[in-house]
Amino acid sequence: MKFGVIVFPGSNCDHDAFYAATRNLGQQAEFIWHDSASLGSVDAVILPGGFAYGDYLRCGAIAKFSPVMRAVRQFAAGGGPVLGICNGFQVLVEAGLLPGALIRNRGLKFICRELRLAVGTTNSPFTNAAATGQVLRVPIAHGEGCYYADERTLDELEAEDRVAFRYLDNANGSLRDIAGILSRERNVMGMMPHPERASDPLMGSSDGLVVFQSMLRAAVPA
Amino acid sequence: MTGAVITPEIVAQHQLTPEEYQQIVGILGREPSYTELGIFSVMWSEHCSYKSSRLHLKKLPTRGKLVVQGPGENAGIIDIGGGYVIAFKIESHNHPSFIEPFQGAATGVGGILRDIFTMGARPIAVLDSLRFGRLDDPATGPRNRRILAGVVSGIAHYGNCFGVPTVGGECIFEPCYDGNPLVNVFALGVCKKEDVFYAKAAGVGNPVIYVGARTGRDGIHGASMASAEFTEESKQKRPNVQVGDPFMEKLLLEACLEAMQTGAIVGIQDMGAAGLTCSTCEMGSRGEVGIEIELDRVPQREAGMTPYEIMLSESQERMLLVADKGREDEVFAVFRKWGLEASEIGIVTDDSKLRVRHHGQVVAEIPNRELADEAPLYDRPHLRKAPALPSSPLPEANIQTALPALLAAPDICSKRWIWEQYDYQVRTNTLAGPERADAAILRIKETGTSIAMSLDGNGRYCYLSAREGALLAVAECCRNLSTVGAQPVAATNCLNFGNPERPEIMQQLVDAIEGIGEACRFFETPITGGNVSLYNETLGEGIYPTPVLGIVGLMPTAAPLTIPFKAAGRSVVLLGGIGDCDETRFGSTEYAKEIARELWGLPPALDMESEKRVQAAMREVAAEGLAESAHDLSDGGLAVALAECGFGKAGIGAQVDLASDLRPEILLFHEGPSRILISTAHPKKIAEIAEKHGVEAPVIGTTIERGLEIRQRSQTLGAWDLATLESAYERSLESRL
Repeated sequence: MKFGVIVFPGSNCDHDAFYAATRNLGQQAEFIWHDSASLGSVDAVILPGGFAYGDYLRCGAIAKFSPVMRAVRQFAAGGGPVLGICNGFQVLVEAGLLPGALIRNRGLKFICRELRLAVGTTNSPFTNAAATGQVLRVPIAHGEGCYYADERTLDELEAEDRVAFRYLDNANGSLRDIAGILSRERNVMGMMPHPERASDPLMGSSDGLVVFQSMLRAAVPA
Repeated sequence: MTGAVITPEIVAQHQLTPEEYQQIVGILGREPSYTELGIFSVMWSEHCSYKSSRLHLKKLPTRGKLVVQGPGENAGIIDIGGGYVIAFKIESHNHPSFIEPFQGAATGVGGILRDIFTMGARPIAVLDSLRFGRLDDPATGPRNRRILAGVVSGIAHYGNCFGVPTVGGECIFEPCYDGNPLVNVFALGVCKKEDVFYAKAAGVGNPVIYVGARTGRDGIHGASMASAEFTEESKQKRPNVQVGDPFMEKLLLEACLEAMQTGAIVGIQDMGAAGLTCSTCEMGSRGEVGIEIELDRVPQREAGMTPYEIMLSESQERMLLVADKGREDEVFAVFRKWGLEASEIGIVTDDSKLRVRHHGQVVAEIPNRELADEAPLYDRPHLRKAPALPSSPLPEANIQTALPALLAAPDICSKRWIWEQYDYQVRTNTLAGPERADAAILRIKETGTSIAMSLDGNGRYCYLSAREGALLAVAECCRNLSTVGAQPVAATNCLNFGNPERPEIMQQLVDAIEGIGEACRFFETPITGGNVSLYNETLGEGIYPTPVLGIVGLMPTAAPLTIPFKAAGRSVVLLGGIGDCDETRFGSTEYAKEIARELWGLPPALDMESEKRVQAAMREVAAEGLAESAHDLSDGGLAVALAECGFGKAGIGAQVDLASDLRPEILLFHEGPSRILISTAHPKKIAEIAEKHGVEAPVIGTTIERGLEIRQRSQTLGAWDLATLESAYERSLESRL
């Protein structure tokens, strides 16, 4: 399968997502520049981590206006899988593809730390290769990763089984320990932890690879 | 050329001596214009010209079989095999970080990153060596805490956004840094051997192109500020500190690397200290050509800037490059893609002069070489200070309470509060980040080689003997690398000292340089670049002499050898043996500082031959895969190292029995070098390797679950629950903030 990794000016985990998809998962990938009007022939899209456009305003607030986001929206509307990691999650939320907001961490500081996540649902193209409740060790690295939404949205996410990952160690203050969520159609996922950083045993954990394996399984049914 | 009359007062304000001014008049054959005076003042500042240290820096070894580029460029370059090279250097940003901690530290990171990518190398790692005043001092504590918090968030802000992992370093607290914190930033990058670029202008008629941020009035005289002591007036110099924009720098990185691939770039240099002045005259001087620029074409942030201000501005995120004539458009196209401003501001000429025009009028015309490379050179007088005398006899220690107290000491305790604010994993190369192993380890994905890096300096040791302290810093860095199994190959240094015009300070500088030279020659780690930061004094109080070494090593990529014990029932080997120490040598230890609350005597004794053998044995043990964990003994000595090995996820401690007749406190806390703690399932094989290298390697105990127990000839000296020790170690820093 072929992944498209979106590159905004200021993306800095683009190479890491590319490496995880190509070297750790053994699939194809290509970079897609932010001013592209089309995504070409990719099977899945990754919005990587970083500081799109510097994020001096609100994280993701400028990125949502970039030309490529129109193509991403269309791709998602057509059912294509879209994974937003860290800054990519922030962009998806700003773009309205996922509900809620990501605000400053509870401690007001950037935190880089490996945490334990529990898989909330396996009913998605991003988690189908995992087991419900499976515990993954995956690092976070963000200053604004506290997931926030109103009660009704939170209830709805839970009622519709759209919480993909929950923190077992909630370091940023996210409501209901939410680390990753799915869109209503389940083909868009945003998560603050970095699965691409936990896809190689040399990096200390390869628990995050299951996200990419799930995407592969969804794209190429066995 | 027009201009103000240059009075002796104006010369003095530019920190030039009357003799230096006469030299300028001699070079020009006339009185300088005001702009020219400004240009000379920054290029001949201590910061840019190394006028007090250059004579002695020549004593450092700079060549080796892997050295591709030694000192004199923006960074040193080492061949790591497989067609790849690494570029690395350390630089200080001490003065700006005191005046404005957040931006001072942030732009320190920005400056060193540009030094790396201007060589064509993509930065893959940053390490920081930080020194602050006491956090708990009633008078200065609040300010010191604010400086610490500001510096750390400045480094985090810049490095995290730029996308370079901050993977290690050190952080030390001493009263002497109360009014003068040290912020030394090391950066390392990687590229293909054939992709290296140099900061050299060439090709008469080639265009000179300015790229990146616009020039503003920020940072004017930054280099001169860094070349003077702090006084009450310095506090008014806040406007001299630049403001960093890591997003712009990230764009600049990507655009420069891409533009370099076009093949249309001849030479490139970042605009750091002394901005446009330094980049133009250095590029011209290196290429033995002239450069002529028109300031009207320099993108400016505000109207009405004078030539003096434009030439001296230290606005960040700017680069100067020379392109092949006729291929400018290829270069401009790349910068346009990245949304960056690029302007042709001048040309390369054949007259070896820096010529600056403003509205067409020549406002400065100076021979490049004299400006860049013929700054005054001083052989300042130096005097040796008598070492402090040993104090009253050392009282007997309460070992049981001394160990947790030392683990909670600011210099020793976990710096997690600091390094968790840094993204230490971005680019997914970090095999060992902060506090995981004795050195930071990054893999080079392209080659199967990994780079180990360590920063070390010890101001207390150097205060007692600058030469021995410098030798120890080199030895410690190399030992850290060897402990993870890496072969040390090359070094960079940052020399932080007080006012060199004071003979006792000058002596410290000379002694430290000579010590570094001797040790780097001995350990075969040539110095490929670095930085000298003098005048680290506030209101006449100097810092401890603080040379900081950054040494890199090479190793095959593999799972890292980390600090914590992994399993119970393993043998604990002390490679290098228990060592020896007397009361004089004990006066420089963390124990003396924290428990005895004094500083006396001399640094620990170093036997370099023995150190080298221990390191060779350690590398062999690591290469054979015989060690489950490894940690060298440094601050706090044996007991602290044993405890630190117990702070892993597995919660494994040790029970040791030491066959030594040293006084218990000296036995447990002396900081004699050349010692490494290893846990192993193969003690016999390690003993064989140690014997082959002529190194002691006593098995001092066994790993056990949960506790640490230390005996001396079967007498228990102390027994601790690991959780208690770990809590002292982990919570100390945050509780002081």
